[in-house]
Order: sequence, then C-alpha cells, then structure tokens
Amino acid sequence: MKRKDFLRAVSGALAVLAVSALPAFAADLEGKLVIVTSYPPDTTVTVKKAFEAVHPGVEVEMLKKKTTAGIKFLQETATNNKADMFWASAPDAFEVLKGDNLLAKYDVKVQGIPEKVGAFPINDPDGYYKGFAASGYGIMWNTRYLKAKKLPVPKTWAELADPVYFGHVGMSAPSRSGTTHLTMETILQGMGWEKGWALMKAMSGNFKTVTERSFGVPDGVNSGQFGLGIVIDFFGLSSQASGFPVDFLYPPITTLVPANIAIVKNAPHPKAAAAFIEFLLSPEGQAVLLDPKIRRLPVNPATYAKAPAGFPNPFKDPSLGSAVKFDLDLSKSRYNVVNSLFDVMVTYRLDDLQGAVKAIHDAKAKAMGKSNTDAGKLIAEAEALVARMPITEADAGKKEFNAIFKKKRKKASTKVTGRQAEVEQQWDEEIKANYAKAKELAEKAASML
Amino acid sequence: MTTVSRSLWGPGAVALSLALFLIVFLVIPVAKVIYVAFQDPNTGALTLINFVDFFNTSLFQESFFNSFYVASMSVVLASVFALPLAYFTTRFNFGGSILIQTLGVIPLIMPPFVGAVAMVLLFGQNGSINLLLDEYFGFTIPFMEGLNGVIFVESVHYFPFILINLSAALNNIDRSMEEAAQNLGASRGRLFRRIVFPLAMPGYVAGASLVFLKVFDDLGTPLLLNINNMLAPQAYLRISSIGINDPMGYVISVILVMFSLLALWTSFLALRGKDYATVQKGGGGLMKRDLAGWEKAGCYAVVILILLLVLSPHIALTLLSFGTVWSFSPLPDAYTAQHYVDVVSTSSTYITNTLLYAGLAAGIDVVFGTAIAYVVWRTGLPGRKLLDYMAMGAVAIPGVVLGIGYLRTFYQFDVPFIDKPLASWWVIIVIALAIRRLPYALRACVAALQQVSVMLEEAAENLGATKSRTVRRIVVPLMMGGIVAGFVTSFATAAVELSATIMLVSQESDAPLAYGIYEFMQSASGRGPGAALGIIAVLIIGIATYLSHRVINKKETERAPQQAAAPEEKVQGA
Repeated sequence: MKRKDFLRAVSGALAVLAVSALPAFAADLEGKLVIVTSYPPDTTVTVKKAFEAVHPGVEVEMLKKKTTAGIKFLQETATNNKADMFWASAPDAFEVLKGDNLLAKYDVKVQGIPEKVGAFPINDPDGYYKGFAASGYGIMWNTRYLKAKKLPVPKTWAELADPVYFGHVGMSAPSRSGTTHLTMETILQGMGWEKGWALMKAMSGNFKTVTERSFGVPDGVNSGQFGLGIVIDFFGLSSQASGFPVDFLYPPITTLVPANIAIVKNAPHPKAAAAFIEFLLSPEGQAVLLDPKIRRLPVNPATYAKAPAGFPNPFKDPSLGSAVKFDLDLSKSRYNVVNSLFDVMVTYRLDDLQGAVKAIHDAKAKAMGKSNTDAGKLIAEAEALVARMPITEADAGKKEFNAIFKKKRKKASTKVTGRQAEVEQQWDEEIKANYAKAKELAEKAASML
Repeated sequence: MTTVSRSLWGPGAVALSLALFLIVFLVIPVAKVIYVAFQDPNTGALTLINFVDFFNTSLFQESFFNSFYVASMSVVLASVFALPLAYFTTRFNFGGSILIQTLGVIPLIMPPFVGAVAMVLLFGQNGSINLLLDEYFGFTIPFMEGLNGVIFVESVHYFPFILINLSAALNNIDRSMEEAAQNLGASRGRLFRRIVFPLAMPGYVAGASLVFLKVFDDLGTPLLLNINNMLAPQAYLRISSIGINDPMGYVISVILVMFSLLALWTSFLALRGKDYATVQKGGGGLMKRDLAGWEKAGCYAVVILILLLVLSPHIALTLLSFGTVWSFSPLPDAYTAQHYVDVVSTSSTYITNTLLYAGLAAGIDVVFGTAIAYVVWRTGLPGRKLLDYMAMGAVAIPGVVLGIGYLRTFYQFDVPFIDKPLASWWVIIVIALAIRRLPYALRACVAALQQVSVMLEEAAENLGATKSRTVRRIVVPLMMGGIVAGFVTSFATAAVELSATIMLVSQESDAPLAYGIYEFMQSASGRGPGAALGIIAVLIIGIATYLSHRVINKKETERAPQQAAAPEEKVQGA
C-alpha cells in the first residue's frame, strides 16, 4: 500500500507540474499545426521535438519551402488556406505577405523580450510578425583552404576586394536569397549607393561563383570549393558546430535583423499556432536556439547566460550590428530594382566583371612602386568604369520606376510604361561595354609600365 | 475496307481518353502558365512584344547558344560512353553483361543536389583529383569549370538513355538478317555498317534525342554548378526570383517547348522513309560471338574505365555518406555509419512514398506509352500525330512550370469524399510524375513498336483475331523489351525527380525521397544523412533495375530454343 500511495503521490505531483507548465489555454489546443518554413530540418526537427514535449497533444508538421517559394505557396493557396504559420528569416518576406493581407495579428504574452536588437526593432510595429532570433551577416572561411593558399583572414568587406582573394570568394545573389538581399542592402545603406555598389562590384570581381541557393555558399566553403563566403551568421556558426574547419566573423558594417514567425490569416489551427509562438519566445524555446545544429542569436538577453564561450551577444557587445541603422522602408522601396541590378551587373556578367577586375589588379601590381601618372590615371579611369552605375539612387527609389519591376498588376486597369526585360537589356549593354572598356584601359596601363 | 471504321472504334476510344487526360493534366495547366508569355506585362493585352524583348537581349541570345552547345556536346560525350557498353554486351559473350547493363543505368538515378555535390567533391577545382594532381604534379584540370562541368555531369547523368534504347534495339535485331549477310559473305565490318548499325538506328536516335532534349531543358545541373547563362536556368530564375507574373520566364518556356518539338521532328525526319521492322520475332537478338583473349582484356579495360568514370558520382556519394567531415581534402577525415542510422530511423516514409509514387507513375507511363505508340503508328486516326506531340511536349515543360500550373488549375477543385483540393492530394504528385516521365516511356515504346512488323498483326487479324486481342497477344509481348526499358527509365527518373514535386508536396508525410534529400542538403550537418538517403535511393532503384533485366533475360533465354517456331505458334494461337 505504501508503495502504491507513493507512486500515486508522485504521479499526482507530476501531473500538477505538467499542467502548471502548460499555458492556461493548453487544454483546448487543436491536435495539429502546419508550419510553412524555410528552415532546414536541423532547426525544424529540434524545435518541433521541444515543442511537442511541452504540448504532447499537438502534432506539428513542417512544410519546407524556400522563402520565395513559401510566399508563392501562401499566395496561390490563400483561397483555400491549410497552413497555420509562416516561419522564415527575411523580414522583407513577411512584409510582402503582410502587404498581401495574408497574415493575422497576434499579441505575444511572454515577457522579457526587449524592443530592439542592435538598431532594429524585434517585432513588426503593426503586430503581424514577431522576431524570435537575431541574425547578422558576415564572412565565413575555410581554415584549411586559407592555410593551404596562404591567405590572410579578412576583417572588413573592403578587404575582400583585395587582389589576393581573386577567385576565392562566393556569395549568393540577392534575387535568389532573402538573406543575401539584406546583406547587399546593409552595405548600400551603410556606405551609400555609389560607394556601396562600387565596393560590391570590386568584391564581386573576386568571386569564384554566384550561387543559386543561399546555402550554396556555406556548402562551397565547407567543402573547400572556395575559401571565403558572405553568409548569414548561423550558416557559419552551425557549419562550425558540425565539425567543418570553418570560422565566422562580423565585419563592422553589418546589421542584426530579426528572423521571424507569423500566424497566417484564416489559419485552421490558430490556438496551436499561438502556443507555438509563445513557446518559441519562452526561456525554454529561446534556449533551443543555442543547439549546435541551430546556433541562432536568441532575442531574450537572459538566454545568453547558457551560451558557449565566445558566442556573439548583441545585447552585450555594442559594436555588433549597431553601425548601420537599417531602414526597412528604404529597402522595400527599391527591393526589385536592387535584385535586378545585381543580376545584370554581377550574376550574369561575372566573366566580364572578373576579366576587368583581374586586368586592374595586374596593372596595379605592375604599378606598385613606380610613378607613372598616365598609367595611374588610366587605372583610376578603369576602376571608375567598373563602378559606374546605370541608374542613380534617386531613380532607383522612384515609385513609377519600381512599378516596372513589380510582381503584380493589382488591377487589370493598372498601367505602367516600360518593361523589365527592356530596361535590363539597356543596362546590360551599358555594363558590358563598361567592363570591356575598363579591361582595355587597365591592359593599356599595364603595357605602359 | 468496310471494316476499317469498325476496327477504329476501340483505338478511337482509347485515343480519345488519352487525349482527354493529356489535355486536363498537361495542356490546360501549362496553357494557363504560358498564356502569360503572350500578355503585355503593362496592360494585360495579348502581344508578341515579350518575344521581341527576348531576341533583342544579348543575355538570352548567349543563353540560347550555350544551351544548344551544351546539349550537342553532351550527346557526343554520352555516345562515347554508351556505344562501347551497348555494343560489347549485346554482340559478344561477355561475362557480367547483366551487371554491366545494370551499372550502366545507375547514373540515371542520381538524386538531385547530391549528384553535383559529389562530382564537385571529386572533380571540382579543389576536388580530390585536382588536389592530388596539384600536390604531386603541380597542375590542375578544369573538368568542372563553366560549361565543361555541365557537359560532363549531363553526359554522365543521361548517357543511359542511349545505352538502354540502343541495347534494346540491338537485342531486337533479327538474327536471320545477320545470318543472311554472313551467308552472302559479308565481313564483320561490313555486317556492322550495313546491317547492325542501320537496324539499331531507331534505338540510337530515340536515346540521343532524349539526351539532347533533357540536357537542353535540364535545370538542376546548371543551377547546382551555378551556371546561369543557359535557357532553362534563365526561365527558372526569372519565374522564381522575379515572380510568376514576369513574362520572360514564360517566353523562355515557350521557346524551350518549340525547340524541343523541332528537335523531335528532326529526328522523325531522319528516320522517315526507312523501314526498321523485322519480321521474325521471339529470337534473342544478334548472334553473340566469343572474344579472343586479348580482345576480351581490351574490352574489359574499356568497360571498366567507362564504368569508373560514369559511376564516380556514386563513388563520391558513398564516401560522403560514410564520411564525417570532408573539406578541402582528397578523402573524408574519418568514417562512420551514423548517417545511415539517423536516416533509417527518421526517414522511412520518404522511401515508401517514393516506391509508391514512382511505381504508379511508371505503370501509368508504360500503359499510356504503349497505347499512344500503337495509336500513332498503327492506326489511321485523324490527329494521331497530335497525341504524340502532346505527350512528347511534356519533355519540354520545366517541372516548376508544371507545378505552378497544377497549383493554379487544381487548387480550387476539391476531390469528392476526401475534401481536399486536388492540388494538395498526393495523387497529384503521381500524375505530375507520370506526365513528366511519359515521354521516356513513349519513346521506348515507339522504338520497340517500330521494330515489330505490321505483317505479324495483319496475319493475326487475317486469322480472325480482334484488334484488342492482336494487341494483347502479338504487339505487347513483342514490345516487351522496350516496355520494360520504358518502365525502368520512367521509374528510375521519377524516383529522383524534384522540380515539380517540390511545388506540390503539401504535407511532409506525402513527401518523396528527393524532397527529403533536398531538405537534408540545406544544412551543414545534413550532408552526410542526405548522401546516405541518396545512396539508399540509388540502391532501391538499382535493385529494381537489375530485377527487371533479369526478368527480360530469363524470358529471352526461355524463348530462345524454340525461336524458329515461336512466331508461327503465336500467330496461330491468335
């Protein structure tokens, strides 16, 4: 009898504990939760397990889509929606969904999440999507590769434009990856339109490749196909945690941007969805982000106490992500134009760009220690040609001009003049000619030395 | 002649239902998408301005040229791989022929993502081979640089199309032709040039045109190698990054479709006016000759070299699946079986789903393929060519376009009793796979049917057999080799298809293997498990292929002894 009583007491206590651990509304959660997410299974499976441990009655289903494909999926299926949540990194993606009126508002109950991380507000001011982790952008490199090729570790974006890195760098295209777009926009906002593009193009001249997927960059660095990559932090940190000989750092011009989660409008399981957000922001949920397979920066400052040594802490390190005050509206106003410009100038003209940049590198190397003003002038001219933009910042932000690149005519009566293909074709001709001329000038300068 | 209209009744009904299926699941969804190509992006009016833009853009001109160049070179290189394998194994008594044929098909079953990852690890600028070359000899070979890489990967990947179709054709050549030629004093070289080669042409052309089309339309390989300046990647990039309302992606799709049809038409022209059918049937193809010792050694050396080369992605994938960390080194740092344990314990639904989907899709394909081949080549139905073009057109539809088309067309349509939109029911994945792989099965069936003489059918019908009985008892059994080849090709490639499925998977429990691999390959710690899942996929399909080869071979050896009598018996039986 004694033993039975004891068991009963223990199980009773456990039941009380279990019940008290659950949020008050737990009793009437739906049995299912469908989340459209861009995250890899390492993240989704780990979080799912942790969530289901707290809410055993809810079966979570993760629908893996690339961010852009996820947006399209929700847009195409909105009339007959079966998804509860959208869970991805880029805030822009949530802005698009919000603009299409596809998200539901939600008020978070969990306490302890600050207003801002770095210079960026964690939650959508309108209340549609919530930041659950912070992400910054930086440089990752393969330590074996750098050692074998005797390359130094770069500390800033500008160093990546150094001739020593020619053919050793990889990045994805902003049009292909939301996170890369944020990196590009951060550099543009941090350095200004002209300077930012000039630096970007000088760096791009060193690219080995422009990858089609954002994960193509850490993949290439991990396997050693190229030595350095421009990536979002958790790619670098989680690759390192998986045992690859890689490392990561934040250059001074970076921004911390929240990765987000939102409830889809007309969600079939709204209560389970709410419970998922609450869990993700709770101390337990935040601690899951430190898992070696995930390695994201939690938005709850208290969680950093559990982080491994050397883990970046944006709430302690004031230099991290505060140099650039990221302007989401500015980014939004020229989103498609920036994508298109990058593709025209870098992605599709990489060979031409590499040729021009290589010629400039060679001429500069030859000019080292010599004083030939004519040659110097030619080199400067060549650099200016490579950097030259087909469009000014003011024009790139113009509403009418952006309309050409808009994905949708909202109404059949909407009319815009000009077509994207037409504009890109003009840019392409100009850019191709500029790169060819720059190469010619640099070669001429080299021949004079 | 009065019986013609009556005898067309059955085929007519079959043709009509086939056409209906293709219209609902191919033409309408694609038309919904392609319509955008002819829409003025600004006003929504119908226009050709988008095509003007296309031909004025130097990037698209370049892309067009690159696609054409890569597709042609891939056919050449694929032929170099396929010809010796097909010829040696069908013409000579060669130990391990079945094994070689099976191994030769395996490159086709390279799951997406992992294949290119593996090739880059071996042949990339800092891959195993180049790291070793650099260390010991101080130079590297740019196997994978730019278009080279695409040609290399594509020809390794798709050469089995030529191998399968050519081997089937060689196995179908009437032995009596060969005997007649030898009796008339033809030398071996002359025999090959005048008898074997011309009679094998339909198989070769069927395979080569498939390789050309697939490479021309292929999306995955150039994308994984980060080559953007080709047509299919341009279409995909336009649609997926600019948005599905950008017309250029659709313009490119239209151009891909038209060009593919043109290529098919050219291959029809090349074969027109020639009769490839052989009357005698049931015999096991060409006479097999014994090889002298040194000949044998030479042949084995060539075969092993080719197999090593074409199986290198699988070798690298195996290493990757057992390796812990493989980074900037010729081989992984250490080995473990943990990835397999992880995968088997978490991902068995992927495997059962794949078997179910690919099996169903390939089954649908060979049934439809045989039916379409018969309708097109054996009946006088008006518009029958259209059916062929429609089915073959699927080869030119990028998977993404088909996926988007399905979402657009079928999302509003709820399936009765299940209360789910058709677009998110797993059956739609099977249909998408069947449509996408139908052209493979169809080409194989057409090649097989072209080699069955119509005289045999006429004989059967003269003896009073009905049309359907003739098809069942004469045509289908004689086409069996081609049908199985079609099934294997469809099954194997459907099992690793990703581009359409990724748009259509609406819940994880419905996801096939390729989707699982794609998921794994998106994270640093997922490479090993992804590779392990890839190896499991290859093993499953490899075993299936091997078994079906065994079945064909067994049938042929069973029939061989009484081959002289077999056709007559069959005809009489009918």
